[in-house]
Amino acid sequence: MPGIRPGMTVELLTPMNAALLAQYVMNGLMLGMMYGLVAVGFTLFFGVLDVIKFSHGDVLTVGAFTALATFAGVNAMGLASPWLALLLMLVIATLAMAFLGMLIARFLVMPLRSAPALNTLLITLMLGTVLRECVRLFYPQGANPKPFPALLPRGSIDIGAFNLRFDNVMMLAAGALVIVGLQLLLNRTKLGLAIRAVAQDEETARTMGINFTAIVLITFAIGSGLAAFAGVMNGLYYNEVNFGIGLYLGVIGFSAAIIGGLGSIYGAILGGFLFAGLQIIGTVLLPLASAYKDVFAFAVVIALMAWRPTGLIREKISERV
Amino acid sequence: MKKSAILAAVGIAALLLAGAAEAKDKVKVGFIGPLTGGVSANGLGGRNSADLAVRLRNADPKAKYEYELIVLDDECKPNVAVQVATKMAAEKDIVAAATHYCSATAIATVDTYHKFGFPVIVWGAVLPDITYRNNYAEVHRVNGTMINQNDANAELISSLGYKTVAVIHDTTDYGKGHNEYFSKSLEKIGKAKIVGTFGVTADQQDFTTELTKIKALNPDVIYFGGLTPIGVRIRSQMDKLGIKAVFDGTSGIVSDSYIQGLGPLAEGTLAFREGAPTEKLPGGKFFMEKYNEQKYENPPEAYGAFAFAAMNMILDAIEKVGPDRKKVIDELANVKDRDSIVGKITFDDHGQNTVPVITKYVVQDGKFVEWADSEYASGKRKLPGQK
Repeated sequence: MPGIRPGMTVELLTPMNAALLAQYVMNGLMLGMMYGLVAVGFTLFFGVLDVIKFSHGDVLTVGAFTALATFAGVNAMGLASPWLALLLMLVIATLAMAFLGMLIARFLVMPLRSAPALNTLLITLMLGTVLRECVRLFYPQGANPKPFPALLPRGSIDIGAFNLRFDNVMMLAAGALVIVGLQLLLNRTKLGLAIRAVAQDEETARTMGINFTAIVLITFAIGSGLAAFAGVMNGLYYNEVNFGIGLYLGVIGFSAAIIGGLGSIYGAILGGFLFAGLQIIGTVLLPLASAYKDVFAFAVVIALMAWRPTGLIREKISERV
Repeated sequence: MKKSAILAAVGIAALLLAGAAEAKDKVKVGFIGPLTGGVSANGLGGRNSADLAVRLRNADPKAKYEYELIVLDDECKPNVAVQVATKMAAEKDIVAAATHYCSATAIATVDTYHKFGFPVIVWGAVLPDITYRNNYAEVHRVNGTMINQNDANAELISSLGYKTVAVIHDTTDYGKGHNEYFSKSLEKIGKAKIVGTFGVTADQQDFTTELTKIKALNPDVIYFGGLTPIGVRIRSQMDKLGIKAVFDGTSGIVSDSYIQGLGPLAEGTLAFREGAPTEKLPGGKFFMEKYNEQKYENPPEAYGAFAFAAMNMILDAIEKVGPDRKKVIDELANVKDRDSIVGKITFDDHGQNTVPVITKYVVQDGKFVEWADSEYASGKRKLPGQK
């Protein structure tokens, strides 16, 4: 079998020096950041509407491809600066996906408010397939993996076996800023107060004069914009995007949101990093082919859910009556 | 007077010719390959080449039948392949087909072809089991198997003085086969040893964990048994982690899209393939000329010439024995020393063409160059750690 021979595992683990450990941590942080950003979307949508929107991962794909198309456009216009290109890609992809998120909320999710939650789940699952197939069929050569431009500085510092890349550091910092920004928005602004009010109790929020529809649409816009951000990050990290990335990231993001506790932002982020950590542990420590890492990670998620059905971080107040 | 007589003669001749053309029976033949997905470049190149064989035959006034090519897409996925293979084999009008570039799809469909008594010639898949696991009279293959290419691979790695190799392979039949034959061959030569083996999924995105582990093992060479899409990802993530080892691929990455996906990073990648490069094949020049005349959108890629040869062989058989599946199978059983653009073809008792020629490649300046002709072999350039 393609595993590792018994003698080797020992040889590998004992001299696992600090540099290698640092490399694993860095890899894990990058993965975790992307998973976390996707998970936050799931948690936001669940917070305001108590729905699970399964097309979230595919919105990420569309976001990444929108950025790629923007890059092609920027190139055609002859703008040379990679920073300007990146800025345009981020802004256009984020805004476009925010708009797409609002459309989905307005025309697919909200009309089904009174229907069983299962219907929303199904309809968004189908929408995800439609989005994915649209990218595959209508983006030029969309069925093939597309090279994504490396727009961040390519330099790195080598500390022994640890290769600290500047682009990774910048992406991590940007991701952290986005999360802090979201946290500030939710906790320090009137809009955030309104979102939290709707999440806690829709009817009371309405009687307090909050425009329920507007708040739901804004929340979906924020979540979907985050997905676009994660999509661009994914492209910059791997220098490649394909129409299938969202499906996988969606499932992982959803699991991360569930382990963290749906409705909790911190929980979602924690869930994202936890899942990335599990995948890495699955590859590094288990004496199995690394193809089994997802089996391992999802098995642990199942165990965690059995142990804590409401997630690691519970909501302070349950919004269900 | 004289002029009009000539005109009349020409007119009658034209009518006769047209009549003869109309009188030809229509015969359907099939092609299956990956037309979408990561390896679609190879599939489209194969499709065009098979199409070229059909067009040339239809343009040939001596041909007894008029051929129509039915093309289906297996997406390089075994489940899809079984569906399309069943669809094609179940349609009684289609006499025979040139099938599959991906080993995973070719091995998944052999039973289907056998069940329907549908003669096929595999044009690109290299897993030995496709012809050797069963003894199906329906299944033939014009290209060689991965056993030969892995022998050549292990030999080159050993002769270049490399001592340690880490293996990454996808966990499909294709990748597992490569791992098995390469490991065996390397062990037999006994100069280099394998320090770690990593099975990965065929659509995996992130390889940083596996590669970090490999970095700790510090091998001279990373052998990769898999196809272009994840080959591109692994090579590019190797660079991100600062791994300097030689990237040693298989026939699965011999494709222009490997170089397009990586740009300058592709430099120094090794790869191996059965048969000779298209331009060095006996009929390579003829094939490329005719191919370019048709102005297809995509190049024929590495296996296009094999797809052409496979389709040509099917057409020859139909011309000889008529559009009857059973007779075509009987006819293909007798193929021996048959001239084709890929050289002489002889099917053994398993329908396998016995071509021992393997070509070694290295990527140099954005092209797959034959190893013997490369600046790496002459010592002008050096691979990482090359003595």
